[in-house]
Amino acid sequence: MGNAMSARVSRQDPWYVRWTLTSAALIVLILLVVVPVAAVFIQALADGIATYWNNLFNDGDTRHSILLTLAVAPTSVALNLIFGLAAAWAISRFRFTGRTALLTLIDTPFSISPVVAGLLFVLIFGQLGYLGPWLRDQGIHILFSPPGLVIATTFVTLPFIARELIPVMEAIGPDEELAAVSLGASGWQMFWNVTVPNIRWGLLYGIILCNARAMGEFGAVSVVSGHISGQTDTMPLWVEKAFQEFNLPGAFAVASVLTLLAVATLLLKVSIERRARPQLAEAKQMSESAGAE
Amino acid sequence: MSSNTNRRVLPGFRLSLSFTLVYLAVLVVIPLVGCFVKAGSLTWSEFRHAVWTERTRSAYELSFGASLTAAAISVALGLLIAWVLVRYEFPLKRLFDSLVDLPFALPTAVAGLVYSSLYAPNGWLGRFLVPLGIHLAYSRPAIVLVMVFIGFPFVVRAVEPVLESIDAELEEAAAVLGANRWQTFRRVLLPSLLPPLVTGFALSFARALGEYGSVVFVSGNMPMQTEIAPVLIVARLEEFKYAEATAIAVVLLLASFTLLVMINWLEKRSRRWDY
Amino acid sequence: MRLAAVITIGYLVVLPVIAWVFVFNQAAEQALLNVSYDPTRELWRDLNRAFREQYARETGKHISISQSHGGSSSQARAVIDGLEADVVSLALWTDTDALRRNGLLANDWIERLPNRSLPYSSTIVFVVRAGNPRNIRDWDDLLQPHVSVITPSPKTSGNGKLSLLAACGAALKRGGDEKAAFQYVAELYRHAPILDAGARGSATTFAQKKIGDVHLTWENEARLEVAESRGELDIVYPTWSIRAEPYVAVVDANVDRRGTRAAAESYLRFLYTDEGQRIIAAHYFRPANDAFRDRTILPDVKLFGIETVAKGWHEAQEKFFGDGGVFDRIYERP
Repeated sequence: MGNAMSARVSRQDPWYVRWTLTSAALIVLILLVVVPVAAVFIQALADGIATYWNNLFNDGDTRHSILLTLAVAPTSVALNLIFGLAAAWAISRFRFTGRTALLTLIDTPFSISPVVAGLLFVLIFGQLGYLGPWLRDQGIHILFSPPGLVIATTFVTLPFIARELIPVMEAIGPDEELAAVSLGASGWQMFWNVTVPNIRWGLLYGIILCNARAMGEFGAVSVVSGHISGQTDTMPLWVEKAFQEFNLPGAFAVASVLTLLAVATLLLKVSIERRARPQLAEAKQMSESAGAE
Repeated sequence: MSSNTNRRVLPGFRLSLSFTLVYLAVLVVIPLVGCFVKAGSLTWSEFRHAVWTERTRSAYELSFGASLTAAAISVALGLLIAWVLVRYEFPLKRLFDSLVDLPFALPTAVAGLVYSSLYAPNGWLGRFLVPLGIHLAYSRPAIVLVMVFIGFPFVVRAVEPVLESIDAELEEAAAVLGANRWQTFRRVLLPSLLPPLVTGFALSFARALGEYGSVVFVSGNMPMQTEIAPVLIVARLEEFKYAEATAIAVVLLLASFTLLVMINWLEKRSRRWDY
Repeated sequence: MRLAAVITIGYLVVLPVIAWVFVFNQAAEQALLNVSYDPTRELWRDLNRAFREQYARETGKHISISQSHGGSSSQARAVIDGLEADVVSLALWTDTDALRRNGLLANDWIERLPNRSLPYSSTIVFVVRAGNPRNIRDWDDLLQPHVSVITPSPKTSGNGKLSLLAACGAALKRGGDEKAAFQYVAELYRHAPILDAGARGSATTFAQKKIGDVHLTWENEARLEVAESRGELDIVYPTWSIRAEPYVAVVDANVDRRGTRAAAESYLRFLYTDEGQRIIAAHYFRPANDAFRDRTILPDVKLFGIETVAKGWHEAQEKFFGDGGVFDRIYERP
């Protein structure tokens, strides 16, 4: 129906309107998105591929920053995945007082400036903060250390998976799960065999978005990291550092890796959407015809 | 949804809810409360002095002003792009459609790095624009530009589904009744596009308000002119004035929270307009 | 789908576990943490390498040294918040003293090392475009119309503070009274379009982005910048400038808790050895031992101390950079 409609409708606009609007939209997109992305790669490769490779893999600090990002980001995503599943289950399958408030609370990290987020954790874990002295006495290092990076990143990306799962689970509806339970399945059986397969595309989608954000997080991490070369610099922080050491090719080299990750994220997203759309549409139709809402 | 019965049938309510609450308490509620408590350690006049000086007022003005401007521009551009993507066919359309999501995925530091180097006087684009007097680096317009970059996808993604689901018959009816395209657009289509446009506006506004990583690279951080509120918070931190920093953070938090509530309300309202 | 599940689990579980093992492995070595200010990255890289060799020769043990760099005041704040520095090498007395006021340094820290804990000093100079097209010779030339001055923010950067103090002191030395000096400073900052957070940010703005006509910066930074610019930049020495004193100190509270005092003290004493002083001079800092200074690169300059502008660094901090101080007043609208 979509194609037929757009064919019909597009004939309704005179060709000059179509042309102008399309060119205008494309120019905007090119200026805003394509040119910057191209610039990252061109600048990174400005001194040749050998230097590019060198910049990325021959410097211990750069290697460590990549390693650190690959440790911190998936950990935050994994934590938020568990949270997202729990929250989505509670919110989409049950009604209780404070449900809307809970939804708003989950959304809060979205609207908090990353710097403020970092500040919040400094207030708690810093030496002048509430828990700092006690933690130090126990020998636990949170701030200026990888665990602090994980906490800051987890906070900033907290809503992503939950927000993705809640509408998906609401659209799909509890019917299959109810059926499974009434047929004698235990809670976990129902979860693994019914729920997870049903939401798999939304889940994947949420994980990918959460991961992209986690890898790129800068503001909050910058406040809590301490900028210790070779120890607490994630990739985005390293980009800033390289920039400040007059090492533009190095900065752009790491930036290009981050950009490649962003592009890969996009490609994954597109391929999931293509596969998920029929499933989601079907789920929507089912719940609509069942007279829901 | 008849989910009151679900509570007794579907398992895991207590487990999932308590885990959710504990997780949120530890990661979100306690830090927020800590922030408010710290800010509360100031007397009222100290608080006012921390959050209401000329410098902070400029920072709020800039943050809010730039975000509003950027959100408005994002609405215009976002509507344009969504319209073209939904209504028209052209080569590489899928590619451009995916590009819209790039700002979601790109780290803010990279965006800031590349924008500031593109529009600097010796940058690829800056070298043409600066002689024309257009300074898109280290200026207020630079901040707006980068905020548009991160904000316009919200508008596009909010408008697209609504645009797609508008019944073609409405437009045909309007045409039959003698309206030209522009009138059709204004009287028939725009009203139903208004809810997602407002949602998109609010989302990109909220996003722009909190943005730090990219703005810091392109803004120049001049007090009273290009210093956004989060930068001011960091400045207070550096001066070891934690309570004052939290005071400003509290102001920002309250503003963001209000926005958030409004956005959720708007989204709920706009669902009533779904055709 | 199966494949997607496997990849996802691999990514979320297997990869981070492996990565964390590597990360914690690295952190386990005995390391000294040196928290320093922005422009000293290259200096400490060489000093650390030389010290590690000497330490291995003398004790047979392997020691590793980590560096953290940022705006001087930002770094001080981080150390107070818990960044476990064994040694600090910050730009200004006030930043180091903030550590003392928070119980991290002993009260007599300044006397514990030779030359009042100053293995090197520096000053503030001008960097201009090659050929000096704006004909900038001295402080007054900075106020010419359409000259834009690049210097970092005094709120976060040691360089930023020193530029302002140098400007003020120079005005006083030229015979003005305090009021005239403050007016000069206010006028100067009206010529500054961008205030980066640190010295390196300003250097990038001036040298890479080619914004501004003159850059006020540390002498060592200026030399580095000019050297890297391949002929596009020149250095100009004003008649008067401030003696910048970047103190070094062992952070007592941290080294005692971590048991690294001996290593940290020997690390700082290394700075005063001949080799240390040689490396310092090679990086364009003025070594405590003047014999090592190459006068063609680091010429004699008339330098005034902080006493010219205030009764000490503490008063300078309050008077100029505190709330409502000279710097804040520049930006107040009339």
